[in-house]
Amino acid sequence: MPDAAPDLEGARVDGPDFEGWVCPLPLRDSPTVVMGHGGGGAMSAELVEHLFLPSFGAAADAGMGDSAVLDVAGGRLAFSTDSYVVRPMFFPGGSIGDLAVNGTVNDLAMSGARPLALSTAFILEEGTPLAEVARVAETMGVAASIAGVRLVTGDTKVVDAGHGDRVYVNTAGVGVVPDGVDVRPDRARPGDVVIVSGDIGVHGVAVLSCREGLEFGTTVETDSAALHGLVAAMLATGGDVRVLRDPTRGGVAASLNEIAGSSGVGVEITERHLPIPQPVADACSLLGLDPLYVANEGKLVAFVAPDDAEQVLEAMRGHEHGKGAVVVGSCVEAHAGMVVARTGLGGTRVVDMPLGEQLPRIC
Amino acid sequence: MCLAVPGRVLALSEKDGTTMAEVDFGGVRKDVCCQYVPDVRTGDYVMVHVGFAIQMLDEESALRTLEEFEHLGVLEEEFGDQFALAAQQAGVEAPAAAAGNGTRGAGR
Amino acid sequence: MKYLDEFSNPELAQKLLEQIDAATTGRWAIMEVCGGQTHSIIRHGIDQLLPDGIELIHGPGCPVCVTPLELIDKALEIAARPGVIFCSFGDMLRVPGSTDDLFRIKSAGGDVRVVYSPLDALNLARDNPDREVVFFGIGFETTAPANAMTVYQAQRLGVRNFSLLVSHVLVPPAVAAIMESPTCRVQAFLAAGHVCSVMGTAEYPPLAEKYSVPIVVTGFEPLDILEGIRRTVLQLEQGRHEPENAYPRAVRDEGNPAAMAMLRDVFDVTDRTWRGIGMIPGSGWRLSERYREFDAEARFDVGGINTAESEICRSGEVLQGLIKPHECAAFGKECTPRNPLGATMVSSEGACAAYYLYRRLELQEAGAHA
Repeated sequence: MPDAAPDLEGARVDGPDFEGWVCPLPLRDSPTVVMGHGGGGAMSAELVEHLFLPSFGAAADAGMGDSAVLDVAGGRLAFSTDSYVVRPMFFPGGSIGDLAVNGTVNDLAMSGARPLALSTAFILEEGTPLAEVARVAETMGVAASIAGVRLVTGDTKVVDAGHGDRVYVNTAGVGVVPDGVDVRPDRARPGDVVIVSGDIGVHGVAVLSCREGLEFGTTVETDSAALHGLVAAMLATGGDVRVLRDPTRGGVAASLNEIAGSSGVGVEITERHLPIPQPVADACSLLGLDPLYVANEGKLVAFVAPDDAEQVLEAMRGHEHGKGAVVVGSCVEAHAGMVVARTGLGGTRVVDMPLGEQLPRIC
Repeated sequence: MCLAVPGRVLALSEKDGTTMAEVDFGGVRKDVCCQYVPDVRTGDYVMVHVGFAIQMLDEESALRTLEEFEHLGVLEEEFGDQFALAAQQAGVEAPAAAAGNGTRGAGR
Repeated sequence: MKYLDEFSNPELAQKLLEQIDAATTGRWAIMEVCGGQTHSIIRHGIDQLLPDGIELIHGPGCPVCVTPLELIDKALEIAARPGVIFCSFGDMLRVPGSTDDLFRIKSAGGDVRVVYSPLDALNLARDNPDREVVFFGIGFETTAPANAMTVYQAQRLGVRNFSLLVSHVLVPPAVAAIMESPTCRVQAFLAAGHVCSVMGTAEYPPLAEKYSVPIVVTGFEPLDILEGIRRTVLQLEQGRHEPENAYPRAVRDEGNPAAMAMLRDVFDVTDRTWRGIGMIPGSGWRLSERYREFDAEARFDVGGINTAESEICRSGEVLQGLIKPHECAAFGKECTPRNPLGATMVSSEGACAAYYLYRRLELQEAGAHA
């Protein structure tokens, strides 16, 4: 059985409306997830009608069928999926719901796509308070509305208590890549300018600050945001934006290494130019973490042809999610596949691909 | 072994018979056991390792060290004798003349 | 962060480097004892910026690296037992035992948790009275006070379901052991700053005297390390061999008396085997008689462990500063951070990991010209 529900203060809904449910009586008194909710029958339908749809709000299509058919105006289809298992589910500034929507929207945007629609699949652990599920769904509805995408189809399954972890969410998304847009991880070339859209390390620190065993007080809140508008502004300049990546797990370091590898180029960055806000730097000092490896949920890394870098940078800075955009380095022919940083002191060090999860250290 | 960071004591309290403090690390706050720095007061800086204050940070000393770094080149120009300066800093008598070249054997 | 950021100032670093350059006429081999110092040196590129005549030998001050294999295997055995919550600092999670590591035990169902402080483990014990909570108490003298206080509290508060798996190691005996080695090349030491915050500087004058080596207590930020090196070079060039404190803001000669009193109460000196080096007499701490009931090794009868070190691993020679990581045949091939053969490749401040993570570029280029 999961332990007590989190404090719902600040939640924007009063919880699902249980009047008129056919659920067995005890459920109305202590509304939690039961196996029947995943059964596909009347109880599942009720969960969709009385919990998910009201919680998603304006972003959801009223008739959520098994699949959704969408009009796709000229272009190529972008398709992406991601599952979200973050703990804790609610952290400073956001929740698993924000990540579930913005994360998949951003994956689409990194191909230069305009996101169209998302599916939402839930795996719920028996015994999870329904109010908690509703709150996650509600944050998804709000994030989707802000991002301008629709939640058009979904699924719910329930697993026995102890065999899940409250709420797991999967979202899959489709989007349209306009003709002429060619953004791919293998397009980076020596000479390309590497740009980061703003402060790094923010999301990871926000989540770590409330993880059991590590709790620390901080003002840092997640930077989760949908970036397709920023990408559109960058592409609208007509400049050659060659590679885009959102540096989530593994941080900026992982993204740069992946691109260096895919494109067969070396990447050089200058540590002094990395935009690391002081509270993030301080938290990392405390735990012995390197901000380059800490997750971001509302930032992108861009590789831009050198002649177009300035105008793309200007367009970024004119957009709400790119105000803090800075050039952090460039691509080189040397050390293909490897990322090298110039340290504050003027030395160099390799910024390697992270192995697994970065752990706090004592040494 | 040694990841200890300096933080400022914001508030002292007691928990299970030990002195605890809320310590501020430039914006990040953490609860730290201060049982090993019994003289600590609010506003002091302490070195924190794995949730424990292991030593008071001597602010005056910190500022003095930084100032010494600032004046490193300057002092050399003024005095012209680096070795004398070093000896002065180490609190020992200055050597008569600079040591000769060459390596020293591994001391025994 | 105040009193941290200022000690990374690049302009002041440049000044210190110039001073070091100006002072260096001979060739000197200086050992930094502490793994945290090794990490800082390689991470910021200090070793690249020093004049050619100065060689930094990376010492065995990585408690993760030197924790005996047998103890790691015992830890893994305990962590795998049902009903046990095994708590550890993050550093230990990927250290390889003979056949496993804590990460794999966790994925096989063991309850392994990373904590920031040993007090978190004690709190877990209080919140879970039906489970046995074990904390992996590794570290040098810097970490020992934290572990000591935790055990002391456990006894005071009567928390019976808590125990400590102890593997503390001491710096001064290690310094002596290194100087006693016939293949020793070390001419001076940068002593571990935060160890001295706890223990003071009293143990170093006899060592400096006996082995005729400068011993300079050094911090961890770039300016601290450069200052420690600067003072060391000046001593070497002048033919002095004295103890010196280059980290006065955090180190007092008398150390921390309150912490030392607790250490005397909770721990006894014992012989300790250092992985890769061997047995160094009187180089470790174990729980004293009064606290022996909290010793996890006694509580969990973990016997009959057959340890098996990798035959090609040369961690020990790296730890003693006898070879550089890339001089080991397995470096970067059979042995990488992803598949470490020995602890110096796993721990983030182990010399092998530091070289692999930060120095692969030079090694690659050097190889290309070989």
